[in-house]
Amino acid sequence: MASAQSYLDQLFFGVLPYLALIIFFLVTIQRYRSQAFTYSSLSSQFLENQRHFWGLVPLHYGILVVVMGHVVAFMFPRQLLAWNGHPIRLYILEISALIFGLLTLLGLLSTLVRRFAFSKVRTVTSLADILLYVLLLVQVISGVYVAVMHSWGSSWFAASASPYLWSIITLDPDISYVIAMPFAVKLHIVNACLVIGFFPFTRLVHILVIPNPYLWRRPQVVRWNKAPGLRR
Amino acid sequence: MDVRSQIAMVFHLDKCLGCHTCSIACKNIWTDRKGTDYMWWNNVETKPGTGFPTKWEDQDKYKGGWVKKDDSINLKSTDKKRIVLNIFHNPHMPSMDDYYEPWTYDYQNLFNAKEGPDQPTALPISKITGEQIDIESGPNWDDDLGGSPIYAKNDPNLEGLTEQQKQQLFAIERLVFFYFPRICNHCLNPACVASCPSGAIYKRGEDGIVLVDQKKCRAWRSCVSACPYKKTYFNWHTGKSEKCILCFPRVETGQAPACFHSCVGRIRYLGVLLYDADRIEEVANLPDEELIEGHRSLVLDPHDPEVIAAAQRNGVHDSVIESAQNSPTYKFVKEWRIALPPHIEYRTMPMLYYVPPMSPVMATQEGKTINHVSDNLFHDIDEARVPVKFLANLFGAGHEAKVVYALRKSKAVRWYRRAVTVGDVSMEDAKKMLGAADCTVEEAEEIYKLTSLCTVEDRYVIPPAHREEAIEMIEDPHCHRQSVGFGFVSGPRRGA
Ligand code: SF4
Ligand code: SF4
Repeated sequence: MASAQSYLDQLFFGVLPYLALIIFFLVTIQRYRSQAFTYSSLSSQFLENQRHFWGLVPLHYGILVVVMGHVVAFMFPRQLLAWNGHPIRLYILEISALIFGLLTLLGLLSTLVRRFAFSKVRTVTSLADILLYVLLLVQVISGVYVAVMHSWGSSWFAASASPYLWSIITLDPDISYVIAMPFAVKLHIVNACLVIGFFPFTRLVHILVIPNPYLWRRPQVVRWNKAPGLRR
Repeated sequence: MDVRSQIAMVFHLDKCLGCHTCSIACKNIWTDRKGTDYMWWNNVETKPGTGFPTKWEDQDKYKGGWVKKDDSINLKSTDKKRIVLNIFHNPHMPSMDDYYEPWTYDYQNLFNAKEGPDQPTALPISKITGEQIDIESGPNWDDDLGGSPIYAKNDPNLEGLTEQQKQQLFAIERLVFFYFPRICNHCLNPACVASCPSGAIYKRGEDGIVLVDQKKCRAWRSCVSACPYKKTYFNWHTGKSEKCILCFPRVETGQAPACFHSCVGRIRYLGVLLYDADRIEEVANLPDEELIEGHRSLVLDPHDPEVIAAAQRNGVHDSVIESAQNSPTYKFVKEWRIALPPHIEYRTMPMLYYVPPMSPVMATQEGKTINHVSDNLFHDIDEARVPVKFLANLFGAGHEAKVVYALRKSKAVRWYRRAVTVGDVSMEDAKKMLGAADCTVEEAEEIYKLTSLCTVEDRYVIPPAHREEAIEMIEDPHCHRQSVGFGFVSGPRRGA
């Protein structure tokens, strides 16, 4: 029995992350190369313009902050632990993390209701969208649950999740950090892998084509149909 | 001087019959695919009227185009800062309700209806959801409703008209309106291009056609808000913006765009204008009242040896320069100065010009006698039933002088020709009018010829393409109607 459990742990935390990452990179690149046309946020604002605001804005701002929080904790665990040395700072961090988590959840629920309540938006909903909703709901709910039930996450994330993630990145997976974690945390990790693996098959790819040169390009774009060098 | 060439257009509004043939020609070729069903890259509006999408000229609502602030111009609602903040929800974007929900009819019901006391009917069903809908608006919903208190009254161009002028427009049995066909203006300072976060929209260097790169568009939707003419449309099925492409596959093969080719009233002219790209920014920054003159000054004389030399240095092909020398648009815009850009105050520097329409001759009533002529030969322009102020809001950034100039010249040419052919106007009067309208007899003859006797070759002077490798064209779009858009080997399948 014990060995079956450890096999499962090995599978979920030692193998699944790699599977997810491999699929993520292979498929996004291949899709970009052969199906660039399908890289779109597939916005439905045109079909429904009122409820759109109340779902999309909290969802996106919430998720941006939460993901950034994860990234910072992953990149700078030591600094984070030092910051959390003062309880007051820890409280502020925890509470704001929770607020943005809840914002994400509310936004997600609001987009979900919108998507199925308005028939026009419903017709542009694909199977991939529905699966993605399920995955995101599990991810956000488990995340908020962890934040509420297993407090001081910013500290223990830095202490144990961060080294685990680093061990994955450095191709030397050390699952001992995570096997002792509570179920909700494990679910959050496994589901995160599923989101990453499923990512390239969904509209989430729009995240990868965030328009960065826009901020410093000149306002007008002109394309010449001549070999470069022929003209200025 | 950075001389470039632009395929520019003139629409002669006096000749438009409002038949919508142009719109249908365009729809048949380009927008009969799923997701484009509601788009009218070419549409014809009744003015006064609210247009398509409803009240598109109301920039307090849609906040499109550029505005001048101090020494520079900014996009009204779609500058970089605001696009970044509003990327998740675009606050000024029109939604389908501002256009209309495309529909078809449930024809099967005519055959399959159960036997009953009533005739079966084909009820309208939405082309999006397939559900039954009540049709609340459609393309040309206010067609010919010039005097309507529901539609025409809401025309944003009525701003600044006196009560009396408005009454004049709406008086029952004396209604007056005209048609206003619209396509993308392929602007020199396009707001759609400037606002696109992906840099997907671009102007072609050689001919100035503005296109959306379908593979780079990511549905950020800023162009839809940014274009003050509402000539970029959002394809709700593929999640990409689309717009008028000036039929570039046709133009490249020497054919006029479909809407031009099919135009029943022969109101459309197309030809090359050489312009100075170095001065666009300077001109776009001019105060409102100088915009028309400034815009016109961008257009260069294709016969001037200096311009020709600069164009050649810039790689403009000799055949294109020659085409510019024969361009009908050059005559209307620069030589005769009777074609004006629409809503130049949006500062996108449109490259589609309009010859403003003359309204029906107005008689003045004094007691029981009705006078048709007065001492002032141009009285029916000053007191026209479509008030000049209204036309000035459309074509003069609110300033009447340029519109009056164009109308006077048009009228003088008419009277002159009337003196020649009918003879009930004295040649002396006609010449007096020509003089007052800043028009010589030769010019009047030329205007008359290009307006009334023009052949296809006169109207469309299409420059040779010289595109050794067409970037946009991979497949022949005509072979793939309804399945493949333009420029795709594979079908433009909606992503997930
Ligand atoms: S009319 Fe609108 S869509 Fe066309 S080039 Fe100008 S700004 Fe762009
Ligand atoms: S086809 Fe020509 S005449 Fe007819 S509506 Fe269009 S522009 Fe006007």
